[in-house]
Amino acid sequence: MSTSTMMDLATCRRTFLAGGGALVVNLLAGEPAGLAFAADATATKSVAADDVDGFLAIDAKGLVTVYSGKVDLGTGVHTGMMQIVAEELDVPMSRVTVIEGDTALTPDQGPTYGSLSIQKGGMQIRQAAATARRALTQEAAKQLGAAHGDLMITDGVIRSASGKSVSYADLIGGKLFALKLDPAAPVKDPKTFRLVGTPVARVDIPAKVTAQFTYMQDVRVPNMLHGRVVRPPAVGATLQSVDEGSVRDIPGVVKVVHQGSFLGVVAETEWAAIKASRQLKATWSAWDGLPDQNKLWEHVRATKIAKEETTSHVGDAAAALAGAAKRLKATYDFTIHTHGSIGPSCAIAELRDGKLTCWTASQATHNLRKQLAAMLSMPAENVRAIYVEGSGCYGRNGHEDAAADATLLARAVGKPVRVQWMREDEHGWDPKGPPTLIDLEAALDASGNVLAWSSQFFIPEGAAGNVALLAAEHAGLPHETTMSPGSIHLNAAIPYAFPNVRTTLHRLADTPFRPSWIRTPGRMQNTFANEGFLDELAVAAGSDPLAFRLRSLKDPRGVALLARLASLAKWETRTGPSASSGDVASGRGVSYVKYELARTYVGAVADVDVNRKTGEIAVTRFFVVHDCGQIINPDGVRSQLEGNIIQTISRTLMERVTFNRSRVTSTDWASYPILRFPQVPEIHMELIDRPTEPPWGAGEPAAAVVSAAISNAVHDATGARLRSVPFTPDKVKAAMPA
Amino acid sequence: MAQAISLNVNGKPASVHADDPDMPLLYALRNDLGLHGPRFGCGLGQCGACTVHVDGRAVRSCVLPLSALSAEQRIVTLEGLGSGGRLHPVQQAFIDEQAVQCGYCINGMIMKAAAFLATNRQPNEADIKEALANNLCRCGTHARIVRAVKRAAGAT
Repeated sequence: MSTSTMMDLATCRRTFLAGGGALVVNLLAGEPAGLAFAADATATKSVAADDVDGFLAIDAKGLVTVYSGKVDLGTGVHTGMMQIVAEELDVPMSRVTVIEGDTALTPDQGPTYGSLSIQKGGMQIRQAAATARRALTQEAAKQLGAAHGDLMITDGVIRSASGKSVSYADLIGGKLFALKLDPAAPVKDPKTFRLVGTPVARVDIPAKVTAQFTYMQDVRVPNMLHGRVVRPPAVGATLQSVDEGSVRDIPGVVKVVHQGSFLGVVAETEWAAIKASRQLKATWSAWDGLPDQNKLWEHVRATKIAKEETTSHVGDAAAALAGAAKRLKATYDFTIHTHGSIGPSCAIAELRDGKLTCWTASQATHNLRKQLAAMLSMPAENVRAIYVEGSGCYGRNGHEDAAADATLLARAVGKPVRVQWMREDEHGWDPKGPPTLIDLEAALDASGNVLAWSSQFFIPEGAAGNVALLAAEHAGLPHETTMSPGSIHLNAAIPYAFPNVRTTLHRLADTPFRPSWIRTPGRMQNTFANEGFLDELAVAAGSDPLAFRLRSLKDPRGVALLARLASLAKWETRTGPSASSGDVASGRGVSYVKYELARTYVGAVADVDVNRKTGEIAVTRFFVVHDCGQIINPDGVRSQLEGNIIQTISRTLMERVTFNRSRVTSTDWASYPILRFPQVPEIHMELIDRPTEPPWGAGEPAAAVVSAAISNAVHDATGARLRSVPFTPDKVKAAMPA
Repeated sequence: MAQAISLNVNGKPASVHADDPDMPLLYALRNDLGLHGPRFGCGLGQCGACTVHVDGRAVRSCVLPLSALSAEQRIVTLEGLGSGGRLHPVQQAFIDEQAVQCGYCINGMIMKAAAFLATNRQPNEADIKEALANNLCRCGTHARIVRAVKRAAGAT
């Protein structure tokens, strides 16, 4: 309910405003200066990322509040953050509350993407807690007249060997730490962990299964109206005229709002807004600037190249290829995908006294704040973006755009406006995972070793910045003009030690749809091509594909992981397609990734049944081994692996945005089907926990290995090599050897 | 003119004032009665996020007009699924199996599974998957959801 959301907000504001003193520690001297309560002159919650108070507060009851810039997108990191802080401070988890992604309260820890919530966000917060713990124990040592090393902490109470004690509440309750976050503050020895590394149940689940959880889509604020947007019938169409009278007969319609080509309706009830958005008559210019979908790859290949980048270069691949006896070439492609959130994007905006408040499920509230401020040409200080968990987004979907829609509508009517997109808005207008085209070439020597590897990626230029807000674009208001598809260059380079390697990116000046990142952006597409082509080389070399990888893998963690995978999947040596007969052929394929060549290791084996006649693929079993270093919550990691695997099987087998020359035509679940329960395989997984290593991400890496494992399994079963995602039955049949 | 429409929701009479009797039940439940269990997913009856029970059957409230309902029909939402202050076994099983990621679809999964188990006491895994085949999940929680429904089947 709205009231509970607003009350939470009011409570936490009171909490930090009440903190009128500070535990001042003289960092220059390296030792705490003792209790020197200073008046808190600013009375504003710190959101500095180098400030302990930015991340943590302990109130007079000893309750701990964590201010996390990283947000829970349905992955369970909220619980993970609680585990990390409760562990580091030695308090029960029940005493820890987490506030996420509120630009007025939480530090900017960067958007919640890239599998970095625990790896970066959680570790910043752990360090803040470690800094706090040290200050608290040093102060306690002084008060208790005990040596620092003789203190024990249990449930937020610090005890000396002689039995005297003082609590966190006594030491700091309600006051500020006034400490810089110290990257060198000692963290707990993993051997003493009691919460980190255990499968603590997620704290949000009971509320989610009983309808007590407040999603963004559930938030209501006083005097709120409902808005809906009316998008152009073609991507580049412009608004020519609006017949405002066409919705006059609908009771409750408040206003038709249009600015440039931004068009929306505001009504007293949600249903009136929906009806008005459907009934509103408007005239738009014609536009047919999209490429012919049947010639998408020709279009990509013909797109102007903005710049060339080399992501790895060893030896001289061109010379080695030129002189090689055995060469292989192949082209891989991976189509355009939508995020496909089950709940369409939603936001509420309120403009009052020159200040904008926006409730949003954005994965990047600090960035959104700046974007909204730019759109309205107002200072960012006057914008507050407050995260409220929404439907899973898997990247930059439409949440930010809904926030901009709500903002323009709220400005037009002078009241708070809630906008929830309709299904066709979400499927039609969320930014898309861009099409990826990859040419590969390699050479084998006489012993079947890879002599040279050369790959060329045709992918849009840009990185992981801000995706321009649709409303700003349509209304002709200030917005970004660069593309932000995410860090799609990663994993173009390969983890194998071949003597001659060159991996090249042709960064394209344009791509058919506004691009953004969808789970495992680039790493998924690039790994599909790399691991698929590697399988082709293994077949050409007459080698078992797992053994073939091990030949050139010099990373001991990767080697150990593949050994565990072989054991988990009961891998038996295989070379080339199995010689089976009958309509249904079975096979298995392997795939491996070291995420971004810098972190989480994943290996997978897919078992498939392929129907030669219908071209249908059933993934029957999927095996995965995962090493993300220190595991915070093993059940959380398992849940993420299941999600990665199932979602990517769906993307690999069936997903494809369809479009005509004007617009997206896959605007519902019938035209953009996703995997259903009967198609979900058995999943077997093994986690390699390394408590003394840094924790790495788990939200994306396992998705990178899925497409190639399936493609390789299909080849193993039938000899059909699938190089184009999705693996629809028509493509499977066409690839089948005669 | 807004008209009063009488409903029976979660065991109690409820009255909704609607300008349009063809407004789908979902909007009355969420906006007029403050029941957030059923969720808007597609408005097309394709995904199942809006599922409620009407006289024990799982139905899609996003495409069910108010005019098709009478005051005698028993509408139950996720809020009213448990009884006597206790969770329904399916709800408990979803907690026990941690069968939630973002959870936006979970209302539909629980409501569909509860209606299914009320008439199928001993389903096997394939039966469960078939029963849930028209409920969509994007996070990939399917394996856990199936385990949860199996667990609940054992408990009911």
